[in-house]
Amino acid sequence: MVKSKQATGISCYHCGDKIQQTHLVFDEKDFCCNGCQQVYELLSANNLCDYYSLEDTPGIQRRNPVSGVKYNFLDDEQIQNQLIQFRDEKISRITFHIPTMHCSSCIWLLESLFKLEKGIKSSRVDFLKKQVLITFAHQEVSLKGVVELLSSLGYEPALNLNDIEGRKKSATNNRLLYRLGVAGFSFGNIMLISFPEYFGLDAFSRSDFSRLFGYLNFILAIPTFVYSSSDYFISAYRSLRKKIINIDFPLALGILVMFLRSSYEIFSHSGIGYFDTLAGLVFFLLLGKWVQQRTVDTISFERDYKSYFPVAVSVLLPEGETTVPVSQLKVGDRILIRNNEIIPADSILLAGEAKIDFSFVTGESLPIQKVLGEQIYAGGRQTGGNIELEVAKHVSQSYLTQLWNSEQFGKEGKSNLESFQTMVSKYFTFFLLAVAISSAVFWLIVNPAHSLNAFTAVLIIACPCALALSSPFALGNAMRLLGRARLYLKGPEVVERMAHVNHVVFDKTGTLTSSSEAVIEWHGRELKEEEQFQIGALCNQSVHPLSRKIAGYLPHSSKQLSVSDFHELTGRGLSGRVQGKEVKAGSASYLEVPSQQEQNLLASRVYISLENELAGYFEIKHAYRESLKSVLTSLSEGRKLSLLSGDKDTERAIMQDFFPSGSALHFNQTPADKMLYIDRLHANGAVSAMIGDGLNDAGALKVSTVGISVSENTAHFSPASDAIMDASVFGKSGNFFRFAKHTLLTIHMSFVISFLYNLVGLSFAVQGTLSPLVAAILMPISSITVIVFTTGMTTYFAFKDRLFQPEN
Amino acid sequence: MSIMYLLIGCSLIMAIGFLAAFIWSVKSGQLEDDYTPSVRILFEDKVSDAGGTEKKSDK
Repeated sequence: MVKSKQATGISCYHCGDKIQQTHLVFDEKDFCCNGCQQVYELLSANNLCDYYSLEDTPGIQRRNPVSGVKYNFLDDEQIQNQLIQFRDEKISRITFHIPTMHCSSCIWLLESLFKLEKGIKSSRVDFLKKQVLITFAHQEVSLKGVVELLSSLGYEPALNLNDIEGRKKSATNNRLLYRLGVAGFSFGNIMLISFPEYFGLDAFSRSDFSRLFGYLNFILAIPTFVYSSSDYFISAYRSLRKKIINIDFPLALGILVMFLRSSYEIFSHSGIGYFDTLAGLVFFLLLGKWVQQRTVDTISFERDYKSYFPVAVSVLLPEGETTVPVSQLKVGDRILIRNNEIIPADSILLAGEAKIDFSFVTGESLPIQKVLGEQIYAGGRQTGGNIELEVAKHVSQSYLTQLWNSEQFGKEGKSNLESFQTMVSKYFTFFLLAVAISSAVFWLIVNPAHSLNAFTAVLIIACPCALALSSPFALGNAMRLLGRARLYLKGPEVVERMAHVNHVVFDKTGTLTSSSEAVIEWHGRELKEEEQFQIGALCNQSVHPLSRKIAGYLPHSSKQLSVSDFHELTGRGLSGRVQGKEVKAGSASYLEVPSQQEQNLLASRVYISLENELAGYFEIKHAYRESLKSVLTSLSEGRKLSLLSGDKDTERAIMQDFFPSGSALHFNQTPADKMLYIDRLHANGAVSAMIGDGLNDAGALKVSTVGISVSENTAHFSPASDAIMDASVFGKSGNFFRFAKHTLLTIHMSFVISFLYNLVGLSFAVQGTLSPLVAAILMPISSITVIVFTTGMTTYFAFKDRLFQPEN
Repeated sequence: MSIMYLLIGCSLIMAIGFLAAFIWSVKSGQLEDDYTPSVRILFEDKVSDAGGTEKKSDK
C-alpha cells in the first residue's frame, strides 16, 4: 500500500512541508515522512479526519521520533504528584503547556483525545495560553501514556523543572473584575436615579422623592466606596508610611471627602451629594487599571534556566538505567544524554561523540564538538548519538545556573526610574492641598459658612481622575500596538522606560547575527572529492569559527582522516598534512596571496592552498541581520551604543564599520562581565537597554533598565526579560524606541489636557459654587477625553512611526 | 406617582441580577479565555456511524 516515489513540488498532506527526499503515498495522500503518515493512520483509524478538513495541512512534523524511555520519569510517584493538579480515587487532572499548538484543527484534535484513548475523560484547550487541561482515569491510562499519546500526535507537552519546583499560580485578575463590576453597577444606577436632578424635573424634586433618591444613592455607593475603592486607600496608606506621595493619595483623599460630604448632605437634607461622581470616578479608575493589567498571556517573561532544563534525566547505575529528577542529581552520577536532550549540569564527557549545540546559551547554533574528558557546561543540547557524562557539579551550581543564584542577580537591579505620573502626582498633591487650604482660609475670613464647602469642593473636583487615566491608557494601548508589531512587552511600564533609554547594549551572536547559518561559497578551481575531505579534516582541527563553518560545509569522509604536523597561527591560518598532502588554510597574508580587491567587510575569505599551490578561497558571508546598519544608525540618534560579545574579537573590524564611531565594542565577555558592564553604565547615570538572546545574556537582560530578548520563535525559550522581540522585526528596533518616546509625549500632552479640566473645575470650587451637576459632568467628560485622546494619539504615532509596515 | 416606587424597585432588582450574572461569569472563568470558545462552537459533532469515513473531500 505504501509506495515511494520521487516527488516534485508536492506538499505533505499532514504537515504541509514540501516533499523532498522520501515521498510516501498512503490512502491516495502524500506524506513527507513516516511520522506524518503514522499520525494520519492513527487519526483515520479513529474517524478523526475532520482534523484535515478544518484547516489545510494542520499537522506538526515529527522529525524526532519519541524514544521509548524518554518519559519514564513520569512513572515516578514523586514527580507525578508535583505535576498533577488534582487526583482522587478515579481521576487525575493535569494542565499541559503545548508550544506546538497553532490552529483550530489543533483545538479540535486535542479536545477529541477521548476518542483516541478511552482513559482520557475530557480535555479542554485554552488556545491563547497554549494549554490543555486533561482529565483522565489513572487506572485506565498512566500519565506517561497520556504524554506519549500527545507526543505521538506531534503535540509534545513542555515539561520542565519550572513545573516541578513551584508551579506558578495562574495570575487571575478576577478580583479587579469584581471590583470593576460592582463600581459599574453603582455608577449606572446612581446616574439613572440622578437623572431627574440633572434635568431639573420638578415633578421629582418633591421632597419625598429626592430624599428617597438620596438614600438610594447612599446605599448604592457603599459597595463602591467600601469594596471597589479599597485598593486606593490601602495603596495611599502604604505610600504615606514610606513617606512617599503617589497618585493614589489625592485619589483616595478625593474619594473619602466625596463620600463624607455627600453623606452629610443627604442626611442633613441639604443637597443630593456627589455619589454619581464618586461611582464614576472609581469605575473609570478601575477601568484604567484593568486596561493596564491586560498583558500578553501567551508569552512567559519570567523564564529562567528552570523552564529550560528537563525534569529528569537517565542515570546509569551498575544495575541498569533509571530516571532521576534533575534536582536530585549528585556529583559523580553517570548520566546518559540522547539526541536533542539538554545537559542539565556541568559534566565531563565519558563516552560517545558529543556535538553540543549551545544556541540557547550563546546564540551560536553551530554544534561544537567535544573530546572525551572535556568539561561540558550545562545548557547545551546534544545533537547526534547518545553520550555518557559524569556530573561534575550540582545543577544549581553549574556555570550558568549559579548566575541566577548569585546575590547580585537576586537583587532588584532595575534602576529606579520614577515614572512621569509619580513625579507629577507628588507636586500635584502639594499644589492641591495648598489650593484647598488657602480657599478654606479665604472663605473663613470672608464668609465662614462657605469655608468647608469650598475646601471639600476643591478636593472633590481636583481629584486627579483624568491624570490617573493618562498613563494607563496611553501605555496600555502602546503595549498592545507594539505587541501587534511583534515586540511583546512584559508590562505597560516598559514603554515608559524604553522612552528614557540613552544607552543601547547589544549582544552579537544570535542578536546582530541571525542564528541561521552563514552563507559559504567556494571560489576557485574545481575541488576533487578527496581534496574536499582533506580540507575538511584540517579545518576540523581548529576551533576558530570560520574553520568550523568550512568543516561543516564540506562533505565528511567516511573514514577518519588523521592530520599530522598541525599548526595554527591564531588569527591567521592553519597548516597540516593530510594523507601526506600539505594543506593550508588562512587569510590572504598567511598564504602570501596579494589581496587584489578591497576586502568586503561583510564577508570573510579563507584561502586554501594544496601542496603550496593556491586552489581558491571560501567566501563566508556573515549572516548579519538585514538592515543592521540602518537599525544601528537610527538607534544612535540621542543614544550611545555598545557591543558586548562573548566571542573573540575576530570581527572587531566588521563591527566597527557597523557601529557609529564612539561606540564601545567589548569582546571576550563572560555572562558576569556583561552584567557588571550594565551595572557600571547605571552607576554613571545611563539608562540602558540590553538587546540579547541567549542564556549568557540573562544577567545583563535582567539588570538593564529594559531587557529585550530577540527570539526566532517567541513560543520557544527566551531568558527572563522585559520584552521579547520577534527576530523578524529586528529591523524596526529604531521605530520601536521612537514610538516609545512619542507615547511619553502623548502622556505629557494628556496631562496638560487634564490639568486644564482641573483648572476649570477648581475655578468653580474655590468660589464655593461647585454644584453636583458640574462635577457629575466634568468628571466623566475629562476622563473620556483623556481616554480617547491617549488611545487615538498612540495609534496615530504607531502608524507614523511605521510600526506595522513590512520591512524592505 | 407611587408607581415610581415599584418601578425603581424593579429596576434595582434587575440591575442586581445583572451584577450577579457578571460575577458568576467571572467566577466560572468565561473571561479568562475569550478565543477558544469562538472556535469550539464551529466544530460539528459528527455522528459516528460505523463505517464513517471522512465526508469532506481533501483540498
